[in-house]
Amino acid sequence: MNMNLTLKVWRQKNAQTKGKMVDYKVTDISEHMSFLEMLDVLNEDLVKKGEEPVAFDHDCREGICGMCSLFINGEAHGPDRLITTCQLHMRKFKNGDTIYIEPFRAKAFPVIKDLIVDRMAFERIQQAGGFISVNTSGNTTDANSILIPKHNADLSMDAAACIGCGACVATCKNSSAMLFVSAKVSQFALLPQGRIEAKERVLNMVRQMDLEGFGNCTNTEACEVECPKGISLENIARMNREYLSASIF
Amino acid sequence: MSGFLSSSIAKKVAMALSALFLIFFLIIHLAVNLTSLFGENVFNELSHFMGTNPLIQFALQPILILGVVFHFVLGFVLEIKNRKSRNVKYVKYNGAANATWMSRNMIISGGVILAFIVLHFVDFWIPEINTKYILGDMSGQFEGETSFRYFTELQHKFANPWRVVAYVVAFILLALHLLHGFQSAFQSIGFNNKYTSCLKSFGKFYAIAVPLGFIIIALFHHFNH
Repeated sequence: MNMNLTLKVWRQKNAQTKGKMVDYKVTDISEHMSFLEMLDVLNEDLVKKGEEPVAFDHDCREGICGMCSLFINGEAHGPDRLITTCQLHMRKFKNGDTIYIEPFRAKAFPVIKDLIVDRMAFERIQQAGGFISVNTSGNTTDANSILIPKHNADLSMDAAACIGCGACVATCKNSSAMLFVSAKVSQFALLPQGRIEAKERVLNMVRQMDLEGFGNCTNTEACEVECPKGISLENIARMNREYLSASIF
Repeated sequence: MSGFLSSSIAKKVAMALSALFLIFFLIIHLAVNLTSLFGENVFNELSHFMGTNPLIQFALQPILILGVVFHFVLGFVLEIKNRKSRNVKYVKYNGAANATWMSRNMIISGGVILAFIVLHFVDFWIPEINTKYILGDMSGQFEGETSFRYFTELQHKFANPWRVVAYVVAFILLALHLLHGFQSAFQSIGFNNKYTSCLKSFGKFYAIAVPLGFIIIALFHHFNH
């Protein structure tokens, strides 16, 4: 059955102005639509009426890129688990529902416009150490020539599944980025190629994380629940160990 | 090293280590108090020994007070920093969807425990310090009596039902604080491995058993004085 919904949407002209929640009605929404398609319907209506459409982030719409954000009814990426907003379907809502739609909130993620936030803080953390230095001049060795325990390869791959969407920060009551940073630290720390720069990596990435103004982790575990890729809290414990040993020894 | 001490992870580790120290202290405190359920002699002897032993009085006691103050001050500092990390609040935030009440409200349970510690100091610690170091009476006895005073004082304190209620409420909040804090401390120092599920179960047992022990002691002395 198609639905009629009330949307309470955060509207903000730009980073300098103050925003506010604005009410909209959308009608005849199919339960098969994705949440973003429902917002497309809203925007078509707004354009027809000569109003400014709601700005929101999206790209692949396949749950891979991590671009779509949105804090829906008090949860990052809405009420479903292990998905991004583009994979949230309207069948999760009922006819007559009121849906709150807000941008990801953190001091380190300032609003650019409406529901779009600036997540460049994550890029700067990555640039501080989220890589390995490899000579690509043509004499590189085959990566498979270094034997890696299957268990470590699996854990590294699990950590590398992080798409950097920022749901962990948005959902954390402290706006902490530790799940993201720990996933990026772990994916390298678990592999021999990553061990070479492991010490500088964790020190530099944590320093950048702190400089960006993210909060402190208090282990509420909300990030793990809301992460669309199921990144484990074990990564945060690993980052803490890596950071302690890099600082002390 | 200076960068390390000011980092977010160092603060987490400092919170965790001070928490583990206080968790260890609670066991000792409970063990001593539990002896009061089985008569006055052992409790009196232990109280007098701990109250007059110079190592405990002038080394361990200041370390304990420092540990408590450190844990509270850093807890409040982190709370303020964390609140500032989200300068615009959500209109709708469904915290219960993905985290326990205990984990989201450590500042509330911690604040109640702090208020309790103030009451506890006024009840027991300040009168002890006054008797021993201001009045200079190190005998551990009431004037003109030959037996120790500690057990009698304990029973008198718990005669007042309002004090018992305050203690019980504080211990319930302590249990809530520990239900998150015990496991959280281990996660912060980097302990998350195949033993974690076992540790989580033990943490829940500890978080309920220790405050329950204190509640039983308070109620026992209220109804048996």
